[in-house]
Amino acid sequence: MISEHLIIAPILIPFVVGALMLLYDDRQRGAKFWLSLASTAAQLLIAVELVVRAKIGGDIGDAEGMSFYLLGDWPAPFGIVLVLDRLAAMMLVLTALLAIPSLVYARAGWGRQGPHYYSLFQFLLVGLNGAFLTGDLFNLFVFFEILLAASYGLLLHGSGQLRVRAGLHYIAINLAASLLFLIGVSLIYGTTGTLNMAHLANLVASMPGEDRPLLHAAIAILAVAFLVKAGSWPLNFWLPTAYMAAAAPVGAMFAIMTKVGVYAILRLSMLVFGETGGASAGFGSGILIMLGMFTVLFGLLGILASQGLGRMAAHSVLISSGTVLGITGFALAGGGQAMLSGALYYMIGSVLATGALFLLIEPMNREDGGIAAMLALTADAYGIDDADMEEEPDVGLAIPATMAVLGGCFALCVLMLAGLPPLPGFVGKIAMIQPLIAQTALPAGLAWGFVALLILSGLATLIGMARIGIQTFWANDVPLPRVLALEIAPVIAILLILGTISFKAEVMLRYTGGTAHALHDTAAYAYGVFATPRAADRPADEEAQQ
Amino acid sequence: MEIILSAAIGILSASGIWLLLRPRSFQVIIGLCLLSYAVNLFIFSMGRLTPGAPPIMPKGGFVDPTLYADPVPQALVLTAIVISFATTALFLVVMIASRGLTGTDHVDGKERSQ
Repeated sequence: MISEHLIIAPILIPFVVGALMLLYDDRQRGAKFWLSLASTAAQLLIAVELVVRAKIGGDIGDAEGMSFYLLGDWPAPFGIVLVLDRLAAMMLVLTALLAIPSLVYARAGWGRQGPHYYSLFQFLLVGLNGAFLTGDLFNLFVFFEILLAASYGLLLHGSGQLRVRAGLHYIAINLAASLLFLIGVSLIYGTTGTLNMAHLANLVASMPGEDRPLLHAAIAILAVAFLVKAGSWPLNFWLPTAYMAAAAPVGAMFAIMTKVGVYAILRLSMLVFGETGGASAGFGSGILIMLGMFTVLFGLLGILASQGLGRMAAHSVLISSGTVLGITGFALAGGGQAMLSGALYYMIGSVLATGALFLLIEPMNREDGGIAAMLALTADAYGIDDADMEEEPDVGLAIPATMAVLGGCFALCVLMLAGLPPLPGFVGKIAMIQPLIAQTALPAGLAWGFVALLILSGLATLIGMARIGIQTFWANDVPLPRVLALEIAPVIAILLILGTISFKAEVMLRYTGGTAHALHDTAAYAYGVFATPRAADRPADEEAQQ
Repeated sequence: MEIILSAAIGILSASGIWLLLRPRSFQVIIGLCLLSYAVNLFIFSMGRLTPGAPPIMPKGGFVDPTLYADPVPQALVLTAIVISFATTALFLVVMIASRGLTGTDHVDGKERSQ
């Protein structure tokens, strides 16, 4: 009985914990931190359990391992439905894996630079997990708004002129994008009469020809809203400034926020315009490929042009989402499952690596007196008196051999982002490039162009990052920064995860391969939702067994 | 009626977009408000225009759906109004903070001539 309700737990847990923490005074930061950590750890455990469930279901061929949850026991398509498949489960694990290090890092200092940090963080997780799980378009809008509202608060966390200005632009862009989202959703309802993604996938094949252009326009408008979030060129000029201005642990979480846009595009386009799309099959694939290529190009030029590590990290986020967008376009055009599987594997690695890079920026650039000076400064700004500050226990010891540890972590992040062995960036790029060269569905020139951009983006990352590394670690006379163990441990944890992903590449690629297969097999999704029995209709003896 | 509604949506969104592209933060927020009104009307019209028909059907038996208005867009528009109202309020706070920190109401935080 419990196990069937586990699907909604990743949404409910952070929601309840985040709301609960609002009741406490903001000075109880220790308690809040442990509550959030417990909540995030619980989400990780549940996400892993859900991945195992999706994987086992997929291996025995049971509806591609998908399970469905009818909210309020309303039958589809009238009620909202949550859908757990391999892709959603994978994204849940990725979110939790990134959230825990970011949370621990925030404990070292950022968590006390403004009010309600931990609550906002939990609400961000509500939005992320909900967006990955939902199977209803309007519900997707609501979860997008939840995660955006939380991200506005988090971006402004720590205040300061730079953040407020970047936040102003970020909020204006996202409000406009949300309005586009609403136009797209309501147009889809107007043409098809449904908001349920599975129902939409069923209807699209049998749509009358004269309604089709309107549906295409609706989904294209919707896609613009997603592309703004995914940071696709030419809708991404706000992104580097906003990500650079964010506090370090927030920047790390923002690394996955672009992937929500990519996820939505991947999910919707494969479902609606996949092989079962009738006359609409493959709609928009060419545009996605071109946008992906231009995004990668913009990112690689940006990395070469950047002077600071923050801007560079933001541009590497662009490269990673551009790559996945482009591959989505190829997969939509019939490029095959293998390259999509590689792209998903690459996405896991690159999200974690950019997250780690955002966490490294601050310790690497810390020149005067370390975190104590920074905290004293903000304590002044907020009028927190010293008596308050002394209640905080000393949160950690400075680590020995600071430069060696920092430099080592930085080098590993660069290896990952540049796609050099032995980290997953290399494996992921190989897994994308091989099928790209072998594919026959699209002109070879396009595929070769994409391959060239992938390799060039790795080279640009290497050049740009090596330059920053030399400036920071070799050509610097400033006294050694004092780095707390709490700040470097999350980075090392992420790097260990990356190592594991690389070491277990075969298992991971088999999982992402199954995911890509399930994404192409739209029938399992489209009909599975309707085959889900309502709890009220279930025979009583079955109920008793559970 | 269709012409009036579509003209209203068109004028609202055109003025909204024009104001959104202006450099003053007050103009931007008014532009976003007008745009969200236009979008709300648009969502509402996606349930087809049925004057004088209730959206709630009586319980039981056969009901002729043509006598009733589509309730889904009305529910959607309520949600959209609440969400856009809340985010606009939040945006307003950020704008006031920006005005206080920079001393100007330009969206870039500084006048062009500076």
